Amino acid sequence: MLEVRNITISYGKTAVLKDVSFGLNNGEIIAVLGANGAGKTTLIRALNGTLPVSKGEILLDGKPFGSFSRRQIAQKIAVVAQENETKFPVTVREFVLSGSFARGTAFGWETRDDLRIAENALQNCDLSNYSGRLMNELSGGERQRVVLARALATEAGILMLDEPTANLDLAHQGMMFRLVRERCKNDDCSAIIITHDLNLASEFADQIVLLKDGKFFAKGTPKEILRPENLNGVFDVKVLLDENPVSGKVRVTTIY
Amino acid sequence: MSSGLSNNRIKPPATACGSDRSLRLGGSLILLLLITLLAAALLGSERLSFFDLNDQQRSILFDIRLPRILLGACVGASLAVAGAGLQALLRNPLAEPYLLGVSNGAALGTMLAFAFFESWSFARPIFAFAGAGIATFAVYQMAKGRAGMNVERLVLSGVIVTTFLSSIIVLMTSLLDAAKLRGFTFWLLGDLSQATIDGFYFTLAAAVVGTIVLSSQAKALNLMMIGERDAFDFGVEVGRVRIIVFSLSSILVGTAVAASGSVGYVGLIVPHLVRLAIGSDNRLVVPFSAISGAIFVVLADTVARTAIAPRELPVGAITALIGAPLFIYLLKRS
Repeated sequence: MLEVRNITISYGKTAVLKDVSFGLNNGEIIAVLGANGAGKTTLIRALNGTLPVSKGEILLDGKPFGSFSRRQIAQKIAVVAQENETKFPVTVREFVLSGSFARGTAFGWETRDDLRIAENALQNCDLSNYSGRLMNELSGGERQRVVLARALATEAGILMLDEPTANLDLAHQGMMFRLVRERCKNDDCSAIIITHDLNLASEFADQIVLLKDGKFFAKGTPKEILRPENLNGVFDVKVLLDENPVSGKVRVTTIY
Repeated sequence: MSSGLSNNRIKPPATACGSDRSLRLGGSLILLLLITLLAAALLGSERLSFFDLNDQQRSILFDIRLPRILLGACVGASLAVAGAGLQALLRNPLAEPYLLGVSNGAALGTMLAFAFFESWSFARPIFAFAGAGIATFAVYQMAKGRAGMNVERLVLSGVIVTTFLSSIIVLMTSLLDAAKLRGFTFWLLGDLSQATIDGFYFTLAAAVVGTIVLSSQAKALNLMMIGERDAFDFGVEVGRVRIIVFSLSSILVGTAVAASGSVGYVGLIVPHLVRLAIGSDNRLVVPFSAISGAIFVVLADTVARTAIAPRELPVGAITALIGAPLFIYLLKRS
């Protein structure tokens, strides 16, 4: 679905992301891990077409990004960004429906399908009773779930989530990753998730891309990547690894 | 990935934007506009009867009062729509043509036409549009930083341009002769008394085209109101929408200022009131602001014409007198 070939992203003359390559296949979840400032958000913004690529290329469904209009890209890629603050009284339902922009026409209203999809997305994100509430009255975690609901309601084939669990409690962290996992299993969808939670990445990701100082560090399955030497190399921390007794996935414990 | 979207386009029943309440409010606003226009036509220093008009009264109604009332409606619609568009675009409920220097650019352009091309009837709207456009372009260029334009830089640039243009207007005003100075000062405060049918047609065309084109950008503005990056992520050509809204604002404000001078607070207050009544969906905010802006300015002008009749007050002073306390109330309430 998405192929990243040796891309370099620069702000002015400074390259903030250098020579990164990987591919995202149907049904796959890739977790992007790295310390603060490693270039994770820059990568997401480049993959979404927000930032231009200085070198290399990104292929979407086998075609270069430049061959798609902004609206066409939005039909294929939905982003869950880090921040969403509204200064106007926008209701939760209006916010979620705004995600259908790429599917609609300039004039006119949402279709019955748009409404049904939005209601389903709200229900899936545990927000059924929030439709009429104003966005600026919600807590950070509630807002984050609404932002996910809007991305789900786009029905885009690729989800890009930038630290989606940052404001969420434990239950909703799991819910968010489970929703993405289910969508990728059922709907011919794939996802790229930036996260600092190594255990959630281990549980839900198919592949992990490790970035360090804007450079590609390693890529592989959670079992291949979540190893003491990699984590020490990227985060400069000591970790203890064992197996989650329930899921059998790698469990990471940081040693302070 | 398609969910098989049907072509059965509907208004969403449960949202603020598409509820029956909004439709009722729209109908009520149109009715209120018609009543306001009718009442304004009958009220004035010479009170007119609806059924029995003599020749002189007919002349007052059709040659003087109606062009003025209709022009006021168009000016109100233009300023309110420009304000609604700029507020959504800049994600700033306080943004309006005056804050961003658009009005002062138009005022300076009109002043130049007033001073040097008084005999040419189209000079005022053309110079006003040019002034508004140049001011908008200057603000836009100043606000563009290396990492793109952000709202804070834009508003700050608007304040700088507004102040600069105000000082030029004051300098030029001091050079005018006494007769022109009085007329210009009155016009600067908002004056619909010079209404002509040509001016009305010109302003009507701008108001109608502006409202329709801005309505076509309303869905994009709904996303831009949340954030430019959000809008871009979800398929909005942010740069294109920005240029459309800035250009439209220049045209709307330019034609309005050329016709009536600086009628303040319309672009600020009216979209606020509309949002309080129906929510923030720009598909409704834009057309509802047009109707409400028309009502607001026609009412204000009626007060300006009748309060101390046969003398007149500048309509801009009335809108400011109503607008400023209302704005404080709205701020407190929100």
